[in-house]
Amino acid sequence: MFVLIVGCGRVGSSVARGMLREGHQVSCLDEDPESHARLEVGLEKSWEDLGGQFTVGAGLETEALVAAGIEQADVFIASTDGDNTNIIISQIAQKRYEVPTVIARVLDPLRAEWYRRQGLQTVCPTKVAIDMLESAVRESAGRGGTPPPEPAAEAA
Amino acid sequence: MYIIVVGAGKVGWNLARELLEKEHEVTLIESDRRRYLTVEQELEHNVSYGDASELWVLERAGIQRADMVIAVTGDDEDNMLICQVAREKYLVDQIIARVNNPRNRQHFDLLGVKPSVSATDLILRLLEHEVPEYGLVHLLDLQEEQLEIIEMLLGKDSGLIGRRVGDLSMPEGSLLISVLRSGKGFVPTADTVLEEGDEVLAVLDPGKEDELKALFGPDDNGA
Repeated sequence: MFVLIVGCGRVGSSVARGMLREGHQVSCLDEDPESHARLEVGLEKSWEDLGGQFTVGAGLETEALVAAGIEQADVFIASTDGDNTNIIISQIAQKRYEVPTVIARVLDPLRAEWYRRQGLQTVCPTKVAIDMLESAVRESAGRGGTPPPEPAAEAA
Repeated sequence: MYIIVVGAGKVGWNLARELLEKEHEVTLIESDRRRYLTVEQELEHNVSYGDASELWVLERAGIQRADMVIAVTGDDEDNMLICQVAREKYLVDQIIARVNNPRNRQHFDLLGVKPSVSATDLILRLLEHEVPEYGLVHLLDLQEEQLEIIEMLLGKDSGLIGRRVGDLSMPEGSLLISVLRSGKGFVPTADTVLEEGDEVLAVLDPGKEDELKALFGPDDNGA
Protein backbone atom coordinates (compact mmCIF):
# COMPACT_ATOMS: atom_id res chain seq x y z
CA MET A 1 0.00 0.00 0.00
CA PHE A 2 1.08 3.58 -0.62
CA VAL A 3 0.63 5.70 2.49
CA LEU A 4 0.92 9.51 2.33
CA ILE A 5 1.34 11.30 5.64
CA VAL A 6 1.04 15.08 5.84
CA GLY A 7 2.54 16.53 9.02
CA CYS A 8 5.66 14.84 10.23
CA GLY A 9 5.57 15.63 13.93
CA ARG A 10 5.74 13.08 16.74
CA VAL A 11 2.59 11.33 15.59
CA GLY A 12 3.14 11.50 11.84
CA SER A 13 6.76 10.36 11.99
CA SER A 14 6.00 7.42 14.29
CA VAL A 15 3.16 6.23 12.09
CA ALA A 16 5.45 6.65 9.06
CA ARG A 17 8.18 4.46 10.59
CA GLY A 18 5.66 1.88 11.68
CA MET A 19 4.06 1.62 8.25
CA LEU A 20 7.46 1.42 6.52
CA ARG A 21 8.50 -1.37 8.90
CA GLU A 22 5.36 -3.27 7.95
CA GLY A 23 6.46 -3.13 4.34
CA HIS A 24 4.28 -0.33 2.99
CA GLN A 25 5.43 2.41 0.69
CA VAL A 26 5.51 5.60 2.77
CA SER A 27 5.74 9.25 1.74
CA CYS A 28 5.83 12.19 4.17
CA LEU A 29 5.05 15.84 3.49
CA ASP A 30 5.95 18.62 5.92
CA GLU A 31 6.56 22.36 5.69
CA ASP A 32 9.60 22.11 7.92
CA PRO A 33 12.70 20.52 6.32
CA GLU A 34 14.02 19.80 9.85
CA SER A 35 11.18 17.39 10.50
CA HIS A 36 13.01 14.88 8.28
CA ALA A 37 15.39 14.23 11.20
CA ARG A 38 12.45 13.08 13.33
CA LEU A 39 11.74 10.31 10.83
CA GLU A 40 15.18 8.81 11.36
CA VAL A 41 15.01 8.63 15.15
CA GLY A 42 16.03 5.10 16.12
CA LEU A 43 16.73 4.03 12.53
CA GLU A 44 20.06 2.52 11.52
CA LYS A 45 19.95 3.76 7.94
CA SER A 46 18.63 6.93 6.37
CA TRP A 47 14.88 7.24 5.72
CA GLU A 48 15.49 7.24 1.97
CA ASP A 49 17.81 4.22 2.09
CA LEU A 50 15.02 2.32 3.78
CA GLY A 51 12.72 3.26 0.89
CA GLY A 52 10.89 6.18 2.46
CA GLN A 53 10.03 9.39 0.67
CA PHE A 54 10.08 12.91 2.12
CA THR A 55 8.86 16.15 0.50
CA VAL A 56 9.03 19.68 1.84
CA GLY A 57 5.82 21.64 1.31
CA ALA A 58 2.44 22.61 2.73
CA GLY A 59 -0.61 20.39 2.58
CA LEU A 60 -2.64 23.03 0.76
CA GLU A 61 -0.15 23.30 -2.11
CA THR A 62 -1.35 21.03 -4.86
CA GLU A 63 2.14 20.85 -6.41
CA ALA A 64 3.54 19.58 -3.12
CA LEU A 65 0.74 17.03 -2.74
CA VAL A 66 1.35 15.73 -6.25
CA ALA A 67 5.13 15.63 -5.72
CA ALA A 68 4.54 13.63 -2.55
CA GLY A 69 2.49 11.14 -4.59
CA ILE A 70 -1.13 11.86 -3.65
CA GLU A 71 -2.29 10.59 -7.05
CA GLN A 72 -0.98 7.11 -6.25
CA ALA A 73 -1.90 7.11 -2.56
CA ASP A 74 -4.10 4.34 -1.14
CA VAL A 75 -4.13 5.95 2.30
CA PHE A 76 -3.94 9.64 3.22
CA ILE A 77 -3.22 10.68 6.81
CA ALA A 78 -3.50 14.34 7.89
CA SER A 79 -1.53 14.80 11.10
CA THR A 80 -0.34 18.40 11.12
CA ASP A 81 -0.68 20.42 14.32
CA GLY A 82 -3.69 22.31 12.94
CA ASP A 83 -7.17 20.83 13.19
CA ASN A 84 -8.56 23.03 10.44
CA THR A 85 -5.65 22.26 8.15
CA ASN A 86 -6.16 18.53 8.69
CA ILE A 87 -9.89 18.76 8.02
CA ILE A 88 -9.49 20.84 4.87
CA ILE A 89 -6.64 18.86 3.28
CA SER A 90 -8.42 15.58 4.04
CA GLN A 91 -11.43 16.80 2.09
CA ILE A 92 -9.13 17.78 -0.77
CA ALA A 93 -7.64 14.27 -0.72
CA GLN A 94 -11.15 12.78 -0.72
CA LYS A 95 -12.90 14.98 -3.23
CA ARG A 96 -10.20 16.05 -5.62
CA TYR A 97 -7.77 13.12 -5.59
CA GLU A 98 -10.26 10.43 -4.58
CA VAL A 99 -7.85 8.70 -2.23
CA PRO A 100 -9.68 5.53 -1.04
CA THR A 101 -8.84 5.89 2.67
CA VAL A 102 -8.49 9.31 4.27
CA ILE A 103 -7.88 9.82 7.99
CA ALA A 104 -7.68 13.17 9.78
CA ARG A 105 -6.29 13.80 13.20
CA VAL A 106 -8.54 16.31 14.95
CA LEU A 107 -7.80 17.39 18.53
CA ASP A 108 -11.12 19.14 19.13
CA PRO A 109 -13.72 16.45 20.00
CA LEU A 110 -16.68 18.51 18.75
CA ARG A 111 -15.22 19.16 15.32
CA ALA A 112 -13.98 15.56 15.12
CA GLU A 113 -17.45 14.24 15.86
CA TRP A 114 -19.29 16.50 13.42
CA TYR A 115 -16.93 15.83 10.52
CA ARG A 116 -17.02 12.11 11.29
CA ARG A 117 -20.77 12.24 10.81
CA GLN A 118 -20.20 14.01 7.49
CA GLY A 119 -18.26 10.99 6.28
CA LEU A 120 -14.70 11.94 7.15
CA GLN A 121 -12.74 9.39 9.17
CA THR A 122 -11.33 11.27 12.16
CA VAL A 123 -9.07 10.24 15.02
CA CYS A 124 -9.40 12.38 18.12
CA PRO A 125 -6.48 11.99 20.56
CA THR A 126 -8.23 14.28 23.06
CA LYS A 127 -11.22 11.98 23.22
CA VAL A 128 -8.92 9.00 23.70
CA ALA A 129 -7.13 10.79 26.55
CA ILE A 130 -10.41 11.74 28.21
CA ASP A 131 -11.69 8.17 28.04
CA MET A 132 -8.42 6.76 29.40
CA LEU A 133 -8.24 9.25 32.25
CA GLU A 134 -11.84 8.62 33.24
CA SER A 135 -11.40 4.87 33.21
CA ALA A 136 -8.12 5.19 35.16
CA VAL A 137 -10.00 7.12 37.84
CA ARG A 138 -12.78 4.53 37.90
CA GLU A 139 -10.26 1.72 38.20
CA SER A 140 -8.50 3.46 41.05
CA ALA A 141 -11.83 3.75 42.85
CA GLY A 142 -12.46 0.06 42.23
CA ARG A 143 -9.07 -0.86 43.75
CA GLY A 144 -9.99 0.73 47.07
CA GLY A 145 -9.19 4.39 46.49
CA THR A 146 -11.60 6.87 48.00
CA PRO A 147 -15.01 5.52 46.99
CA PRO A 148 -17.57 7.85 45.45
CA PRO A 149 -20.05 9.22 48.01
CA GLU A 150 -23.18 7.13 48.46
CA PRO A 151 -26.18 8.80 46.82
CA ALA A 152 -28.10 8.19 50.05
CA ALA A 153 -25.51 10.07 52.10
CA GLU A 154 -25.79 13.03 49.73
CA ALA A 155 -29.55 13.08 50.00
CA ALA A 156 -29.29 13.23 53.77
CA MET B 1 -29.94 41.22 9.46
CA TYR B 2 -27.83 39.35 12.01
CA ILE B 3 -24.26 39.01 10.73
CA ILE B 4 -21.33 37.19 12.32
CA VAL B 5 -17.91 38.42 11.22
CA VAL B 6 -14.91 36.26 12.09
CA GLY B 7 -11.47 37.84 12.41
CA ALA B 8 -10.96 41.35 13.79
CA GLY B 9 -8.01 42.34 11.63
CA LYS B 10 -8.22 45.53 9.58
CA VAL B 11 -10.76 43.99 7.22
CA GLY B 12 -13.00 42.49 9.88
CA TRP B 13 -12.93 45.51 12.17
CA ASN B 14 -13.80 47.98 9.42
CA LEU B 15 -16.41 45.67 7.99
CA ALA B 16 -18.08 45.27 11.38
CA ARG B 17 -18.10 49.03 11.89
CA GLU B 18 -19.68 49.63 8.47
CA LEU B 19 -22.30 46.95 9.01
CA LEU B 20 -23.19 48.42 12.39
CA GLU B 21 -23.57 51.85 10.79
CA LYS B 22 -25.97 50.28 8.31
CA GLU B 23 -27.94 49.17 11.37
CA HIS B 24 -27.28 45.47 11.11
CA GLU B 25 -26.82 43.41 14.22
CA VAL B 26 -23.19 42.27 14.27
CA THR B 27 -20.98 39.98 16.32
CA LEU B 28 -17.29 40.14 15.55
CA ILE B 29 -15.29 37.14 16.81
CA GLU B 30 -11.56 37.44 17.50
CA SER B 31 -9.28 34.75 18.92
CA ASP B 32 -6.32 36.93 19.90
CA ARG B 33 -6.88 38.29 23.39
CA ARG B 34 -4.91 41.52 22.93
CA ARG B 35 -6.51 42.31 19.61
CA TYR B 36 -9.91 41.59 21.11
CA LEU B 37 -9.29 44.04 23.97
CA THR B 38 -8.24 46.76 21.50
CA VAL B 39 -11.27 46.34 19.28
CA GLU B 40 -13.60 45.94 22.23
CA GLN B 41 -12.84 49.50 23.35
CA GLU B 42 -14.66 50.75 20.27
CA LEU B 43 -17.18 48.07 19.39
CA GLU B 44 -17.92 47.00 22.98
CA HIS B 45 -20.47 44.19 23.26
CA ASN B 46 -20.42 43.63 19.50
CA VAL B 47 -17.08 41.86 19.83
CA SER B 48 -16.70 38.39 21.25
CA TYR B 49 -13.50 36.64 22.30
CA GLY B 50 -12.83 33.10 21.12
CA ASP B 51 -11.69 30.74 18.36
CA ALA B 52 -14.57 30.64 15.88
CA SER B 53 -13.48 27.29 14.50
CA GLU B 54 -14.66 25.84 17.82
CA LEU B 55 -18.33 25.03 17.44
CA TRP B 56 -19.31 26.15 20.92
CA VAL B 57 -17.85 29.60 20.25
CA LEU B 58 -20.04 29.93 17.16
CA GLU B 59 -23.03 28.70 19.12
CA ARG B 60 -22.37 31.16 21.93
CA ALA B 61 -22.36 33.92 19.30
CA GLY B 62 -25.82 32.76 18.23
CA ILE B 63 -24.95 31.20 14.89
CA GLN B 64 -28.28 29.34 14.85
CA ARG B 65 -30.09 32.59 14.17
CA ALA B 66 -27.41 34.25 11.99
CA ASP B 67 -28.45 35.35 8.50
CA MET B 68 -24.89 35.68 7.30
CA VAL B 69 -21.39 34.58 8.28
CA ILE B 70 -18.34 36.38 6.90
CA ALA B 71 -14.94 34.76 7.56
CA VAL B 72 -12.06 37.18 7.04
CA THR B 73 -9.24 35.78 9.18
CA GLY B 74 -5.71 35.69 7.83
CA ASP B 75 -5.85 31.92 7.55
CA ASP B 76 -7.49 30.27 4.53
CA GLU B 77 -8.08 26.92 6.25
CA ASP B 78 -9.91 28.68 9.08
CA ASN B 79 -12.05 30.69 6.66
CA MET B 80 -12.98 27.58 4.68
CA LEU B 81 -13.81 25.54 7.75
CA ILE B 82 -15.86 28.26 9.44
CA CYS B 83 -17.92 28.87 6.31
CA GLN B 84 -18.39 25.16 5.67
CA VAL B 85 -19.60 24.56 9.22
CA ALA B 86 -21.80 27.68 9.13
CA ARG B 87 -23.58 26.55 6.00
CA GLU B 88 -23.70 22.79 6.43
CA LYS B 89 -24.10 22.39 10.19
CA TYR B 90 -25.94 25.57 11.13
CA LEU B 91 -27.72 26.12 7.80
CA VAL B 92 -26.71 29.78 7.54
CA ASP B 93 -28.16 31.17 4.29
CA GLN B 94 -25.33 33.45 3.25
CA ILE B 95 -21.62 32.96 3.67
CA ILE B 96 -18.69 35.01 2.41
CA ALA B 97 -15.09 33.86 2.72
CA ARG B 98 -11.88 35.77 2.30
CA VAL B 99 -9.12 34.13 0.24
CA ASN B 100 -5.69 35.22 1.47
CA ASN B 101 -3.62 33.23 -1.00
CA PRO B 102 -5.22 33.28 -4.48
CA ARG B 103 -3.76 29.84 -5.16
CA ASN B 104 -6.11 28.47 -2.52
CA ARG B 105 -9.22 29.63 -4.37
CA GLN B 106 -9.51 26.22 -6.05
CA HIS B 107 -9.91 24.65 -2.60
CA PHE B 108 -12.69 27.08 -1.66
CA ASP B 109 -14.45 26.14 -4.90
CA LEU B 110 -13.91 22.41 -4.33
CA LEU B 111 -15.51 22.60 -0.89
CA GLY B 112 -18.35 24.74 -2.22
CA VAL B 113 -17.35 27.74 -0.10
CA LYS B 114 -18.52 30.65 -2.20
CA PRO B 115 -18.61 33.47 -2.82
CA SER B 116 -14.99 33.93 -1.89
CA VAL B 117 -13.19 37.24 -2.10
CA SER B 118 -9.50 37.71 -2.73
CA ALA B 119 -7.93 41.14 -2.35
CA THR B 120 -5.00 40.06 -4.50
CA ASP B 121 -7.34 39.07 -7.32
CA LEU B 122 -9.26 42.33 -7.04
CA ILE B 123 -6.08 44.38 -7.22
CA LEU B 124 -4.90 42.37 -10.22
CA ARG B 125 -8.21 43.04 -11.97
CA LEU B 126 -7.86 46.72 -11.20
CA LEU B 127 -4.30 46.68 -12.44
CA GLU B 128 -5.39 45.08 -15.71
CA HIS B 129 -8.04 47.74 -16.00
CA GLU B 130 -5.64 50.60 -15.37
CA VAL B 131 -2.85 49.28 -17.58
CA PRO B 132 -4.33 49.24 -21.08
CA GLU B 133 -1.66 47.14 -22.81
CA TYR B 134 -3.42 44.04 -21.60
CA GLY B 135 -5.95 44.89 -24.32
CA LEU B 136 -8.70 42.71 -23.03
CA VAL B 137 -10.01 42.97 -19.51
CA HIS B 138 -12.03 40.33 -17.75
CA LEU B 139 -14.85 42.13 -15.99
CA LEU B 140 -17.01 39.33 -14.77
CA ASP B 141 -17.18 35.56 -14.79
CA LEU B 142 -20.65 34.14 -14.48
CA GLN B 143 -19.43 30.67 -13.67
CA GLU B 144 -22.79 29.08 -13.08
CA GLU B 145 -24.22 30.64 -16.22
CA GLN B 146 -21.13 29.82 -18.30
CA LEU B 147 -20.69 33.37 -19.55
CA GLU B 148 -17.99 36.01 -19.36
CA ILE B 149 -18.12 39.74 -19.78
CA ILE B 150 -14.98 41.43 -21.05
CA GLU B 151 -13.88 44.91 -21.96
CA MET B 152 -11.62 45.88 -24.87
CA LEU B 153 -10.06 49.20 -25.71
CA LEU B 154 -9.80 50.06 -29.40
CA GLY B 155 -6.22 51.28 -29.85
CA LYS B 156 -5.24 53.53 -32.75
CA ASP B 157 -3.98 50.54 -34.75
CA SER B 158 -7.10 48.44 -34.30
CA GLY B 159 -8.46 47.23 -37.61
CA LEU B 160 -12.01 48.05 -36.56
CA ILE B 161 -11.84 51.82 -36.38
CA GLY B 162 -14.31 53.39 -38.76
CA ARG B 163 -16.26 50.18 -39.27
CA ARG B 164 -19.98 49.63 -38.76
CA VAL B 165 -20.89 47.23 -35.95
CA GLY B 166 -23.27 45.46 -38.36
CA ASP B 167 -20.35 44.65 -40.64
CA LEU B 168 -18.20 43.01 -37.98
CA SER B 169 -17.90 39.26 -38.15
CA MET B 170 -18.23 38.62 -34.44
CA PRO B 171 -17.31 35.06 -33.45
CA GLU B 172 -20.25 32.79 -32.78
CA GLY B 173 -21.12 32.86 -29.11
CA SER B 174 -20.22 36.50 -28.57
CA LEU B 175 -22.16 39.75 -28.59
CA LEU B 176 -21.27 43.44 -28.27
CA ILE B 177 -23.35 44.84 -25.46
CA SER B 178 -22.13 48.39 -25.01
CA VAL B 179 -19.67 51.04 -26.12
CA LEU B 180 -18.06 53.55 -23.76
CA ARG B 181 -17.06 56.71 -25.62
CA SER B 182 -15.77 59.94 -24.03
CA GLY B 183 -16.95 58.81 -20.63
CA LYS B 184 -20.47 57.89 -21.76
CA GLY B 185 -21.89 54.49 -22.44
CA PHE B 186 -24.49 53.43 -24.99
CA VAL B 187 -25.84 50.27 -26.55
CA PRO B 188 -24.59 50.01 -30.11
CA THR B 189 -26.85 49.39 -33.09
CA ALA B 190 -25.81 47.83 -36.39
CA ASP B 191 -25.16 51.38 -37.68
CA THR B 192 -22.84 52.43 -34.87
CA VAL B 193 -19.39 53.24 -36.28
CA LEU B 194 -16.48 52.39 -33.98
CA GLU B 195 -13.93 55.06 -33.14
CA GLU B 196 -10.45 55.09 -31.72
CA GLY B 197 -10.49 55.05 -27.93
CA ASP B 198 -13.86 53.30 -27.71
CA GLU B 199 -14.13 50.83 -24.88
CA VAL B 200 -16.26 47.93 -25.97
CA LEU B 201 -18.01 45.50 -23.65
CA ALA B 202 -18.85 42.06 -24.94
CA VAL B 203 -20.54 39.03 -23.44
CA LEU B 204 -19.27 35.68 -24.62
CA ASP B 205 -19.09 31.96 -24.06
CA PRO B 206 -15.95 30.97 -22.15
CA GLY B 207 -13.03 30.26 -24.43
CA LYS B 208 -13.98 32.79 -27.12
CA GLU B 209 -11.55 35.42 -25.83
CA ASP B 210 -8.75 34.68 -28.25
CA GLU B 211 -11.03 34.95 -31.28
CA LEU B 212 -12.31 38.30 -30.07
CA LYS B 213 -8.83 39.50 -29.30
CA ALA B 214 -7.79 38.67 -32.85
CA LEU B 215 -10.80 40.54 -34.21
CA PHE B 216 -10.23 43.67 -32.14
CA GLY B 217 -6.44 43.59 -32.04
CA PRO B 218 -3.96 45.71 -33.98
CA ASP B 219 -3.48 43.28 -36.87
CA ASP B 220 -5.59 43.84 -39.95
CA ASN B 221 -7.40 40.52 -40.12
CA GLY B 222 -10.43 42.10 -38.55
CA ALA B 223 -12.84 41.47 -41.38
